[in-house]
Amino acid sequence: MKNWLRQHRRSLALTLARLARTPLASLLNIGVVGIALALPLAFYVLLANLQGLAQDKAPTPQVSVFLALDVQASDTREIENRLKKHAAVAKYRFVPRDQALADLKAKSGLSDVIASLGRNPLPDGFVIDARENAADALERLRDEFKAWPKVEHVQLDSAWARRLDATLQLGRLVVLVFGTLLAFTLVAVTFNTIRLQILTQRAEIEVAKLIGATNPFIRRPFLYYGAVLGLAGGITAWIIVWAGLWLLNDRLGSLTQLYGASFALRHLSLPDAASLCLFAAALGWFGAWLSASRNLAEFDPE
Amino acid sequence: MISFSQVSKRYAGGFDALKSVVLEIQPGEMVFITGHSGAGKSTLLKLMCAIERPTSGSVVVNGQNVGTLRASAIPFVRRNFGLMFQDSKLLYDRNVYQNVMLPLDIIGYDAADAAKRVRAALDKVGMLGKEKALPVTLSGGEQQRLAIARAIVHRPSILLADEPTANLDAAYAVELGELLRSFNQVGVTVVIATHDEQLAARLQPRRIALSQGRISA
Repeated sequence: MKNWLRQHRRSLALTLARLARTPLASLLNIGVVGIALALPLAFYVLLANLQGLAQDKAPTPQVSVFLALDVQASDTREIENRLKKHAAVAKYRFVPRDQALADLKAKSGLSDVIASLGRNPLPDGFVIDARENAADALERLRDEFKAWPKVEHVQLDSAWARRLDATLQLGRLVVLVFGTLLAFTLVAVTFNTIRLQILTQRAEIEVAKLIGATNPFIRRPFLYYGAVLGLAGGITAWIIVWAGLWLLNDRLGSLTQLYGASFALRHLSLPDAASLCLFAAALGWFGAWLSASRNLAEFDPE
Repeated sequence: MISFSQVSKRYAGGFDALKSVVLEIQPGEMVFITGHSGAGKSTLLKLMCAIERPTSGSVVVNGQNVGTLRASAIPFVRRNFGLMFQDSKLLYDRNVYQNVMLPLDIIGYDAADAAKRVRAALDKVGMLGKEKALPVTLSGGEQQRLAIARAIVHRPSILLADEPTANLDAAYAVELGELLRSFNQVGVTVVIATHDEQLAARLQPRRIALSQGRISA
């Protein structure tokens, strides 16, 4: 165990020494990885901000339940009872048909037309706020209310929620596609870097194998190199996006102030940043593993 | 300790380097493999330490058939050997001390113990004062002594040397012969592929002569 730890410490030290020995090449490599990761990351952060904004500022969608015209007072009470007990209903409001008509008169400016009607064409109704505002949750509620007795029509103003959902989903897809492509870039960059290292260290690897070095022993420093490259690239990406947001917020601050509002883009959360770095390190490790496995095999006797 | 039974080796392209070789080497022996260039000396050594696998027959070292071992087991076989190559295969970007440290690093020795062993090995070959020197600054004889130090630092039970005196002048060759003799005297099995007759005359080893891939005497 102690021996194993020492070998790993030694590999890590060797890796850092290799990085330090060619500082320019290392920095450029880290830069490539960092920029490749920064693009999808920036998009992701903007998307997260958009989503947060939508949740903060948008009005909550409501469900309107219209009752049949021949409804009795007891039916209305029954429905009210059901709404009171329903777990998914946050709050509801009863709108009697007379009040609805009065509202319509006041708001629409159609009082003449309405006055010419012989009778009130509007039904009694309930306006309901749901606890959950996801589009499919609201649709489930609509279908449930529709089946209740004396309910004539249920209207859901979820169109905006659907549109937002679709837009965000499109955004997520773009992030995913970008992310996948650039993750591939990261793997390719480490693969090639490690291949070059193996070529320049041919003599050393050959001698080490002749003397009795196992493949894991030879591979280990390369794997560490890949992981460190990925990690450093991840941190670089984070810094790039952080700096970009900081610049943007600076401008945005003075702009929104002119409108008498205050608004700032949120930075990447710490857990998100940590998982980004871990993910990048894992990808670097994978690229190095792929490269080392392919390029070290030729040293074995056939 | 090392036994070959009906060992043949054919390289890709159809060249038969060894044909039905049978031989037995006992622990503590000193053996010279002699013969012209291309007689199969190097191939014989490479088969012993699993750098090459035999085309047919079996090569047994310390009771293990090294010709059929899995690739992952080969490194552990190699650690029984100290190897000296025709070209010394030193690492030219590392100093003398680091070159000798390499086998101990690979096996995973404790640092303090390893440092002691490296000094002991360098002392043995008379290179203790040159720990920090880079191999390019050493003479041919010194490089070969460094190669010996690296070969014996992990105290292998078998020392294999391929033409160790090939690039040395006479005085260095004598010195190297004495070193090899001293290891043999403390119980190390020494197998040397060479056509250096003077060396053979001085050390009086058992001789195995190869000719066109067969044992001729």
